[in-house]
Amino acid sequence: MKVEININGEPVQREIEARQLLVHFIRETPGLTGTHWGCDTSNCGACVVLMDGKPIKSCTTLAAMCEGHEISTVESLEVDGQLDPVQQGFHEKHALHCGFCTPGMLMTSRALLNENPNPTDLEIRTAISGAICRCTGYQNIVSAVRWAAEHEAATQEA
Amino acid sequence: MATTENLPSATTERPIGFGRLKRKEDARFIRGQGTYLDDIRLPGMVYGAVLRSPYAHAKILSIDTSRALAHPKVAAVVTAKDLETLGLAWMPTISYDTQAVLAGDKVRFQGQEVAFVVATDEYSANDALQLIDVDYEPLPAVVNARKALDPDAPLIRDDKIGQIDNVASPTWEAGDEEATNRVFAEADTIVKRDIIYPRCHPAPLETCGMIADFNPRTGQLNIYNGNQAPHVHRTVYAHVAGLAEHMIRIRCQDIGGGFGNKVPVYPGYVCAIAASIVAGVPVKWIENRSENLMSTGFARDYIMKAEMCAKDGKITGLRVDTLADHGAFDSTAQPTKFPAGFFHIVCGSYDLQASHVKVKAVYTNKAPGGVAYRCSFRITEAVYLVERMTEALAMEMKVDPIDLRMRSFIAPEQFPYETTTGWTYDSGNYAKTMRVAMDIAGYEDLRREQLQKRARGELMGIGISFFTEGVGAGPRKHMDILGMSMNDGADLRVHPSGKAVVSISAQTQGQGHETTFAQIVAEELGIPPEDVQVRHGDTDKSPYGLGTYGSRSTPVSGAAVAVVSRKVRDKARLIAAQMLETRPEDLAWEKGRWYVKGDPEKGAMIEDIATRAYSGEEMPPGLEGGLDAQVIYDPPNLTYPYGAYIAVVDIDPDTAQVTVRRFIAVDDCGVRINPMIVDGQIHGGLAEGVGIALMELISFDEEGNCLNSSFMDYLIPTALECPEFELGETVTPCPHHPLGAKGVGESPNVGSPPAIVNAVIDALHETHGVEHLDMPCTPARVWAAMQGRPEPPQ
Repeated sequence: MKVEININGEPVQREIEARQLLVHFIRETPGLTGTHWGCDTSNCGACVVLMDGKPIKSCTTLAAMCEGHEISTVESLEVDGQLDPVQQGFHEKHALHCGFCTPGMLMTSRALLNENPNPTDLEIRTAISGAICRCTGYQNIVSAVRWAAEHEAATQEA
Repeated sequence: MATTENLPSATTERPIGFGRLKRKEDARFIRGQGTYLDDIRLPGMVYGAVLRSPYAHAKILSIDTSRALAHPKVAAVVTAKDLETLGLAWMPTISYDTQAVLAGDKVRFQGQEVAFVVATDEYSANDALQLIDVDYEPLPAVVNARKALDPDAPLIRDDKIGQIDNVASPTWEAGDEEATNRVFAEADTIVKRDIIYPRCHPAPLETCGMIADFNPRTGQLNIYNGNQAPHVHRTVYAHVAGLAEHMIRIRCQDIGGGFGNKVPVYPGYVCAIAASIVAGVPVKWIENRSENLMSTGFARDYIMKAEMCAKDGKITGLRVDTLADHGAFDSTAQPTKFPAGFFHIVCGSYDLQASHVKVKAVYTNKAPGGVAYRCSFRITEAVYLVERMTEALAMEMKVDPIDLRMRSFIAPEQFPYETTTGWTYDSGNYAKTMRVAMDIAGYEDLRREQLQKRARGELMGIGISFFTEGVGAGPRKHMDILGMSMNDGADLRVHPSGKAVVSISAQTQGQGHETTFAQIVAEELGIPPEDVQVRHGDTDKSPYGLGTYGSRSTPVSGAAVAVVSRKVRDKARLIAAQMLETRPEDLAWEKGRWYVKGDPEKGAMIEDIATRAYSGEEMPPGLEGGLDAQVIYDPPNLTYPYGAYIAVVDIDPDTAQVTVRRFIAVDDCGVRINPMIVDGQIHGGLAEGVGIALMELISFDEEGNCLNSSFMDYLIPTALECPEFELGETVTPCPHHPLGAKGVGESPNVGSPPAIVNAVIDALHETHGVEHLDMPCTPARVWAAMQGRPEPPQ
């Protein structure tokens, strides 16, 4: 079947098997291997992307279900050489080690801050609780999201 | 030796050497531009998938691959018969056992590899697995290690000539049995406990896999594979596949976590290599999550009986009898001479009079492994045991568990200290570290709070753990793996402009080597870390070494980088002397510069010395041009990091849910090169410890079906289960490491489970009479213990 999905603002059209998962559709698009696959069961969150602004797990979403929807991946965060504050925050606060969960964590955090620009630590922990990180123990991820929130608030005031 | 005075303050943002330098590797990871295995696509590449056994123990009567081969997208189906013709049906394990690459005679654990399908795409390869018809005759399975030696237990390893029972390795002993008997005879208090460290799994977020690319025209085998020891893997493939070692190149690009799981060679790797050799095209195989949890290296599974005794208020002796469950093949990761790894470090941080340790291992119908899940060769099991026993002894003696530890610690003046099982601890001041932890925790206040809560019917527990690890294996006189010394190389080249490339044999899986190792060169040579590129993960471009596990990167590879930097510095001194028209002995070093003693204005910067080294100018007599060096570092001893951990838990009296409210971790890992990365390592290991103590378990039913084969059932802590960790530090430099560093990666995983379990038992002992509870402390298992029915994990 033919599917057209808007990924990071670009229409991507491809002939696929009806059973193809969104994560595979995205990863087969040149340059977009930032979205990872980690568990098969929607537990780990390495595959999180935004669909129309909401975080979804692309390993348990069929590509065919995304026809006509807008998908945003980690590659969309940096715009014109300017990193998104969540990307900066992860670097500033050492919120990543191996980097495998990072794209999913970044997209989850981006979605949180879009909805709630000033989350509490518990709200951050709750928002990222659908994603597993084996390396960081989450503490620095929480700090990074808080850093991004504060940074965005400061930018908006200025 | 480095001293703490040399270190920049912890707040220095961009120091020339040691300090909280932000990571170089982040730039690609935060953009989603890492190169993990599945991100690599080669022209003409085909995809492999593994058919696995549904039974834990069964004879294979026949395998019919004809329907799979008829699938239009299937290129090949490989079975044991095909591998036999290539001599690849069995492979050696790290522990000198053998393991079936594909099962031919029978299957010995659920999830064992039976056939390997190669197809033009991943979906079709998996489809074709359903088209292979295997006729099995199920056999009774041995699941419980304690029953593996029963006279009527079915024989698992009937493939091994002379194997008449399920003993995987005979009893191995350390310490002095008679002396231990004497100490126990003289003791005032003795406690006994049966303690299980259950089977768990490192479960890195990226699963295991390989791309094998054999070029039949040149005979070159290119391998892409995230593994923790690429050089050793290459040597193993050379032996197993009979290929020339110099024609094999392994590239480990970015690795999505390892934690010990990516140390071994797995059957899927051998299948991918064999398929590529036969097909002459690149073959990619990546396991799914269930395959990772069911078939690749598990951790722990030690069943321990222990006795500990005290006299005059001090711990005096320890006796341990352990049964190790190795699964169907003994592929335990450990140095050759140590069949129980470093388990005999079980005397812990205490000045014991005697100890005796016995370990026997059995085969069961479970997946092989025995890898160190963020642990140095069974030290996690040892620390768990001694810290549980110390707590039990304090309970029996009705003394505060910290008081008992303080009275029993090895004293600072006793270092170097020889333990009763033969380890030589390098340095330590245990009481000081314990006191720092007590101060951060507010220990006395916590005990008061606990009493008040208990009076109100609330369940609060405080658990202590004080661990000593031996990491950085290891000295070639004492240890090797598969006959290879546990040394690491480093190769440093300073370019004419003064920028440098350092090549190392350690293999990062997220530990930040590209930053830390650049900082070591920076500290030693004064070249800014951003001007030092760290090259690793490519056997063609890095020196031989044993890789990254057992917290050995900084203790061994880090030392190699320090030593090679000093070698370059020494050469730079000779060149500088010629430039400055003086004698080398008249020069003094400051970071980045040799200068004339007594005339500090007169000097040569390292970059100018580098330029000179490659220039047309004359070199000092007998000295070659260029500014580079290489070393192989042989550590004189292990390093012995240690730490004091305190856990505070609350238990819901109605649901038995355990919440880790606070966790205080004070680590002494010697000198810290990048304290930010060290803290990050500690956070990560503590989270794994929370998981192991409360959630993570690989268990089986009586027929050997694995009950935890996905992240739906193998529970990993999320941000909601982990507390905000409270860290502290003391710094006792390692006397023999060139930088005074000791290594830290595994300490938090080693030290945290006993603190949490001790806290759970502390919460329940007074009110519910609980004396012991095995991990994981899930609500159901804690509830059973509260009702007086604690059960070992299945």
